[in-house]
Amino acid sequence: MIEYANVTKVFGSGPNVVTAVNDVTFKIEKGHVVAFLGPSGCGKTTLLRLTNRLIPLTRGKITVNGRDILSEDAVKLRQSMGYAIQAIGLFPNKTIYENIATVPRLLGWKEDKIRERADELLTMLRLEPGIFRDRYPAELSGGQQQRVGVARSLAADPEIVLMDEPFGAIDPINREEIQNEFLRIQNELKKTIAFVTHDIHEAIKVGDEIAIFQGGKLIQYDTPEAILTRPKNKYIADFVGADRALKVLGLLRTKDAMNTNPRNIVKGSCDAQEVLKFLEEKGLKHAIVVENNKPLGYVTPKLVKHENGPVRNAVDTYPRFIQRYDTLRDVMSTMLMQDMQTLCVVDDNGDFIGTISLKNIQSSILDAYTDEEDS
Amino acid sequence: MNVFDFIYKNAGECWLLTFEHIWIVSLALFLAILLGVPIGIAVTRSEQAARRVINAANVLMTVPSIALFGILLPLLSLINQGLGKVPAVMALVLYSQLPIIRNTYTAIKNVPPEIVDAGRGLGMSGWKRLKEIEIPLAVPVIIAGLRTAAVMNIGIAAIAAYIGAGGLGVLIQQGIARVYGEMIVAGAILVSLLAIFVDAGMALLERLLTPKGIKIGRELGR
Repeated sequence: MIEYANVTKVFGSGPNVVTAVNDVTFKIEKGHVVAFLGPSGCGKTTLLRLTNRLIPLTRGKITVNGRDILSEDAVKLRQSMGYAIQAIGLFPNKTIYENIATVPRLLGWKEDKIRERADELLTMLRLEPGIFRDRYPAELSGGQQQRVGVARSLAADPEIVLMDEPFGAIDPINREEIQNEFLRIQNELKKTIAFVTHDIHEAIKVGDEIAIFQGGKLIQYDTPEAILTRPKNKYIADFVGADRALKVLGLLRTKDAMNTNPRNIVKGSCDAQEVLKFLEEKGLKHAIVVENNKPLGYVTPKLVKHENGPVRNAVDTYPRFIQRYDTLRDVMSTMLMQDMQTLCVVDDNGDFIGTISLKNIQSSILDAYTDEEDS
Repeated sequence: MNVFDFIYKNAGECWLLTFEHIWIVSLALFLAILLGVPIGIAVTRSEQAARRVINAANVLMTVPSIALFGILLPLLSLINQGLGKVPAVMALVLYSQLPIIRNTYTAIKNVPPEIVDAGRGLGMSGWKRLKEIEIPLAVPVIIAGLRTAAVMNIGIAAIAAYIGAGGLGVLIQQGIARVYGEMIVAGAILVSLLAIFVDAGMALLERLLTPKGIKIGRELGR
């Protein structure tokens, strides 16, 4: 847990005074990832560097697990926290293993234990220890180096990790991947993480909470959902973008929007002509054909018109099935690409559990925003 | 009699003078490292100090060696060491300061800031960072400075024969006094050969002491 109380940092003196962090108060809960978000010069990195005393505090108080950071030796304090930066800063004269071993060695761990830990971390970050352990940073790609930087920050198993745009030096495709891995690892490790970023997508993706800064001031501290649906002022609304409704799609899951009880279901063994009658009576554009709990595909009146056997012979298949935890953004993307308004949702076994349509998505977005209209 | 006959016939004397020359230069280099490298590291902590120290070393460099010996003579006479090896070694130490201090300073300053920041952020003390990161990364450039200093000192040490320091300069000095061409050229050739060998040796040392990770980086062009 990290608590910031009236934290202020002033650089320079006389007429050149710059207040980089201005009276910031908030709390990072244990086990949470908090994204420090804002444009460059907003004070987010300064706040991070105040936390492990890389720069001295001007006013206010920072406590880590209830202890004032000033009560401890700065070097010891830093050893107790992980630290990863955008520029990575691997030591080029040391092997990957020696880089990861930095903090454990400072803490006086036994070499066997460090070796075990380094291999564990490399494996966790999908770098084969046998291949990478004894290589030098110059032999690694940017993405691999960034993984090592993250591994190094986690080496001594610190409870708190400070990360300053840790994935900033990676191309967008690999960044997406390493973010996913970060989330997977964080799910296991449950570290308390302060995560500086200027990328709203990254903040939404990795943050349990987001702290948005402007000119050294904390403007809003809230969950990603709340920031997207209830931005506190125009600055934040502008910052999260005019497409914030689309960003909400990235947060909402299929399970929150799906229709678990659709009425246009028919069995595969049904007679095609009966299905046609059913469709015409109810005025439906299509029906979903399910057999043994597995969705086979869908039929339209046009497809069944000239079919005389069971309806299963006339189905058109879906390009893909949707999973419960797929984001609405992915679902919507499939709909747009395939020109379909309704898709099937299946569980892990591939069993049919419902449908999701454009209308479902729209209404769940509207739901997310009703709070905004109320307030 | 040509030059090589001269060297061949006086091989014993030539070896002796060569060793004397090497002794003067290496003693001076050793002391210069003890003085210059710590100064070079110390001044990285303050821009202002660095400017002053490097300027002073620069000024020192512009003093001609003969003049420096002249300046040292009355000073060291106070302790009865106005002539001989003491002023020679002292002058060489002073001349070496510029390349050593400047290269040490530049090398430490050129360690990428993100590497220093990572070291600090991970909780390495200033001393640990210096020992494990900054100095190893600076070694190639520091040795390049030593190399310049060593080669330069071999030349200046030849002049120190005039204040009775000995070394290969003796051949040149006496050759001039006796108007003995072969002797002068023999001295000149031996000094030059020594400089070439030392230069090559220092280049090798530079390569050997460059951290492996840096060498790999260079090969890969990173």
